[in-house]
Amino acid sequence: MLRDTWLIFTRDMTLSLRSPTWLLIGIMQPLLYLFLFGPLMVTVAEHTPGFPSGDAWKVLTPALIVQTALFSGAFAGVGLLTEYRVGVVDRFRTTAASRSALLFGKVLAQAVQAAAQSVLIVLVTLLVFDLDAPLSGMLLSLAIAAVLAIALSSGSYALALILKSEAAFPSLMNAVLLPLLLLSGVLLPVTEEMAPSWLYNLARINPLTHVVDAERAAFRGDWDSSTLLTGSVVLLLLAALALLWGTRTFRKENA
Amino acid sequence: MITVRGLARQFAVRGRTVDAVKGIDFDVSAGELVGFLGPNGAGKTTTLRMLTTLLRPTGGTGTVAGCDLLADPQGVRRRIGYVAQGGSSWPEARVAEEIETQARLYGLSRAEARRRGALLADELDLADLGQRPTKTLSGGQRRRLDIALGLVHGPELVFLDEPTTGLDPQSRANLWDHVRRMRAEQGMTVFLTTHYLDEADALCDRILVTDHGTIVAEGTPDELKSRVAGDAVTVEVADRAEEAAELAHRLPGAHEVTVNETTVRFRVARGDTALPELLRTLDAQDITMTSVKVNRPTLDDVFLSLTGRSLRDGERPDPAVEATHAA
Repeated sequence: MLRDTWLIFTRDMTLSLRSPTWLLIGIMQPLLYLFLFGPLMVTVAEHTPGFPSGDAWKVLTPALIVQTALFSGAFAGVGLLTEYRVGVVDRFRTTAASRSALLFGKVLAQAVQAAAQSVLIVLVTLLVFDLDAPLSGMLLSLAIAAVLAIALSSGSYALALILKSEAAFPSLMNAVLLPLLLLSGVLLPVTEEMAPSWLYNLARINPLTHVVDAERAAFRGDWDSSTLLTGSVVLLLLAALALLWGTRTFRKENA
Repeated sequence: MITVRGLARQFAVRGRTVDAVKGIDFDVSAGELVGFLGPNGAGKTTTLRMLTTLLRPTGGTGTVAGCDLLADPQGVRRRIGYVAQGGSSWPEARVAEEIETQARLYGLSRAEARRRGALLADELDLADLGQRPTKTLSGGQRRRLDIALGLVHGPELVFLDEPTTGLDPQSRANLWDHVRRMRAEQGMTVFLTTHYLDEADALCDRILVTDHGTIVAEGTPDELKSRVAGDAVTVEVADRAEEAAELAHRLPGAHEVTVNETTVRFRVARGDTALPELLRTLDAQDITMTSVKVNRPTLDDVFLSLTGRSLRDGERPDPAVEATHAA
């Protein structure tokens, strides 16, 4: 199974490195946020009581990393549906390879791609906007992005294989992702001071909020707070559930 | 190589149940080339997807390449090759790397995968295309790549789903040659679906005719033709055509005897064996025959008499069954 996972992983990586547009398109949105939204955030951060500690870049950059990993992971299923349409999925599913390995290989490739995009975001912020964050925190943030991509892409692949509709899948994803993003405080942190209590409570139920919070804690180098621990536990739990769902769906004979 | 008993598949379409395959039985022995012939929507692809473990049957049992379809699908997958109807290659991937990955997914080492891949590419006229992205291949080349992908691990049994649909006549004939030769060289069993009668006729040792989810007839192409309609015999006589028709009618198995001026037409199971008998009788009665013609029935005739419709009608797919294939 490890061997099959590796074969699928290297196939997906080779193919995406050959046409690296995914990297550029994926990185476009966070870059636009950095350049066109970041400067506003700096001013807002200065004048808003209750804005989380740390300068605006330490709030925005980790959030953009989470957002990027979230989007590329969540839309991974679109690629699978294209592979399904041209017959690649059925071909692999009738080989001797373990059907779980078909999922794991693809999910791993998504994790590596999310980490690569995160590195680019961090580099731009370091070079252009004088981000001042500890190296260990930034490395941890890459790991968080990678695990988030594992969770999201695994769920995305499972859902895609169940829906099997190239038209319905992206619309459904958009419908799910927007409230999830707004409620996670990616752009403006949903803090007790800034949000009405119902909104704050709603955000606390959203697992993604805890992931964003943990990512920000990592950028602050805040190793002692429970934020990092809570976020990591939530994230690992999410990833485990998503992988379980993905494996079950991929192993099902009728998929 | 394949034993299937009561194999069935139901789909739920908008609240009602559709029987795509209604409990079929058949056997395929090792080394046979068997055709599964029927119009679109007859249940061919559904049957094939069950036999290749892509779809779980809702009824019946099956043994494929010595492994139980339900209990050991992994064992089935290890021993079979599957060439799907709509193709199977990724447009951006290169020909050689698709073949290599496929072989390695069956456990072959990289070196062995390359060796076998090169050999197959050579046999299937793909040798110079190794570095080409598959999206640049012609229809015939892409189909040959699909076949290479299905054969690269040397399976004992290979399933071909509509292997020549969408190909031009020349590419079809070329592909038939390849299938015949690969089968002769590797001694494998081939199970193919087709809705082309000429394809089943040209390639298969034996044909299972299917319609509406059941098998309506089975036999060699020749058996099917003789069993159903019989050969069409046309005899021209100088005169006394009515008497000649009467004599023809007395031949064992002769039927559908018609007379038109000096032409006598009839059908008989084996035209070639009936003819000498007829010649002798006509000669004894001093009836002069000016010409004689025996036409073997086409599989088109067979299909029409078995299902009550010509295959061309069947090409208009039934929307309900099509929907279940997409589901």
